[in-house]
Amino acid sequence: MTGRPTVGPLSDKLLEATAGGPLSTHAGPYFGEFGGRFVPEALIAALDELDTEYHKALTDPAFGRELARLHRTYTGRPSPLTEVPRFAQHVAPGVRVFLKREDLNHTGSHKINNVLGQALLVKRMGKTRVIAETGAGQHGVATATAAALLDLECVVYMGEEDTRRQALNVARMKLLGAEVVPVSIGTRTLKDAINEALRDWVANVETTHYLLGTVTGPHPFPEMVRDFHKIIGEEARAQLLEEIGRLPDAVAACVGGGSNAMGIFNAFLDDPQVRLFGFEAGGAGISSGRHAARFSGGQPGVLHGAKSYLLQDEDGQTLPSHSVSAGLDYPSVGPEHAWLHDIGRADYRPVTDDEAMEAFRLLCRTEGIIPAIESAHALAGAIQLGAELSGWTGDDGHDPVLLINLSGRGDKDVATAAAWFDLIEDEPVVLADQGEQL
Amino acid sequence: MSGVVAVRSQVAEHLDALGRAALIGYLPVGYPSVDGSVAAVRTMIDAGVDIVELGVPYSDPVMDGPVIQRAVDAALAGGTRVGDTIRAVEQVAGRGAPVLVMTYWNLVLRYGVDAFARDLAAAGGAGLITPDLIPDEASDWIAASDTHGLDRVFLVAPSSTPERLASTAAASRGFVYAASTMGVTGERTTLGNRAEQLVADTRAAGAEHVCVGLGVSRPEQAAEVAGYADGVIVGSALVRALLDAPDEAAGLDELARVTSALADGVRSAR
Repeated sequence: MTGRPTVGPLSDKLLEATAGGPLSTHAGPYFGEFGGRFVPEALIAALDELDTEYHKALTDPAFGRELARLHRTYTGRPSPLTEVPRFAQHVAPGVRVFLKREDLNHTGSHKINNVLGQALLVKRMGKTRVIAETGAGQHGVATATAAALLDLECVVYMGEEDTRRQALNVARMKLLGAEVVPVSIGTRTLKDAINEALRDWVANVETTHYLLGTVTGPHPFPEMVRDFHKIIGEEARAQLLEEIGRLPDAVAACVGGGSNAMGIFNAFLDDPQVRLFGFEAGGAGISSGRHAARFSGGQPGVLHGAKSYLLQDEDGQTLPSHSVSAGLDYPSVGPEHAWLHDIGRADYRPVTDDEAMEAFRLLCRTEGIIPAIESAHALAGAIQLGAELSGWTGDDGHDPVLLINLSGRGDKDVATAAAWFDLIEDEPVVLADQGEQL
Repeated sequence: MSGVVAVRSQVAEHLDALGRAALIGYLPVGYPSVDGSVAAVRTMIDAGVDIVELGVPYSDPVMDGPVIQRAVDAALAGGTRVGDTIRAVEQVAGRGAPVLVMTYWNLVLRYGVDAFARDLAAAGGAGLITPDLIPDEASDWIAASDTHGLDRVFLVAPSSTPERLASTAAASRGFVYAASTMGVTGERTTLGNRAEQLVADTRAAGAEHVCVGLGVSRPEQAAEVAGYADGVIVGSALVRALLDAPDEAAGLDELARVTSALADGVRSAR
């Protein structure tokens, strides 16, 4: 028995990166050549204030206790770890698959981890208003939820196209007391909603916090949002050790902006024997040009305050992205992922709309769990990995173990799935527009 | 090349030679067409603009309000390319008004920072205004602008700390762009009193020239700002003249009218 192939050879870049200290605690503003602060000067004072307040909060036991209390009594943490043997049979024979159940959190996804952390910071900074961007509405709903809980005024920017396709999530945000502003400029989707949120922030920065929903944007957002989500990996690591007495051989997550993936990767970054896989939206296929696969089809560039991989044309204009999953439908990606990609610590691969939807259906039927379509990309990625995984029998003869972050639940996706699989004869209540809705 | 190379600033020399506040006019390349924007810039110069700010259309202009967004969207939809800006600079330079290019940073990164500086200088451009590039991130641009003798206009805002005013003033060449209010480009009825204070603070932090932009749209506002700043930057009011016109000729007429009223305002100060 040869055991698992070693991970590597460790690239020079990875050795260089790890020589700088643990990967898991790497601080911004730069992740290798990525990250930074490519924003108007008007925002720098607020970013500095946020950075200072965040680091003060980290060392304040009262902040940690309050966040932990909210996670225990409101979010529903720790989220369970579920082994899924019937699904695992479709990955590869003998492979054990565990799902980290972020879908069971309050509001239905991992988003609440970051939102509660930032909302507590807003209270500490004495600001009274939060703004947020949302594509499908998941981050908007989570932000509206935290704003209701902590008595903050909340405005959510959402592309006009998305408000039309996501009428139910718009209603949810309004029920929670948020104002939803449709954005009718540019491509009228997530990217333009972020532009409009940034414009609002520049004008109202003295009273307003921009509650950014993922590990993108200017420093300190990528580092801070990662830290608020790293509880996912920390719990999963402890749960797996308790359950099977060892670490997984591989960890898989979907990657839009990349917050759920950073959250589960973080606790394993410094265990080089644990392989990390991020699955991007391959849309209709890389060659079609209709995708959101930044590592397969993008180049380094700057968007929304950070340097990272970016879908752009030869002039540097941002290209529209495409995915069946609105949560992955974004032309850039968090700068820490760009760094992990370049130093070879994590492997990023595309998953097409078709593959994701097949995995979506498979998890429903084999395990009685309806995943978010975003998370279904990680499930489809696991199936892609199948054959590779079965070769990773350990030195001790154990079966290969794969940990997947099930970042969200699929309630919001029922209309899309119903249209995709042709399950409803009449028009669904929420019109599924060629599957582009979420 | 060290950071203390004495690069002559075309824009600063022009400001000094004027002996009064300058009127700085913004228009985007490519609206209503590339040729149409060149004609508009020439019209603007003839009507009294002292310095030109030529905008490069970008897909995600986060510092721009609705008026400029509309024009830039139309320019991109019409197929305007980044290279058109270099060609437009060639066609409007040498007419008595130095030409600065206003660009979001990714377009320059993609073109190549040094290549962009080289081509802009060769076309007769004076330098860059960079709304989403702070000096802290600008080491490549600072080197390239020194190599090619270009001005680099960074922004300060009412929220800038004294330390940042000083570091931004030190990194800038030509002038420092003082954002009159917290916000994006667009016409405003009042400017508030933060602009005058910001100009004073920026000068105290070491800036030789400070020009004020964001929100200036009327001759009386231009006159007021000209009373305390080295230049008055106007964008949306000029772009609106083109946007609202029934045809191109009428747009140029209206642009000339708006420009000369603003130019009178600037000249009436002090």
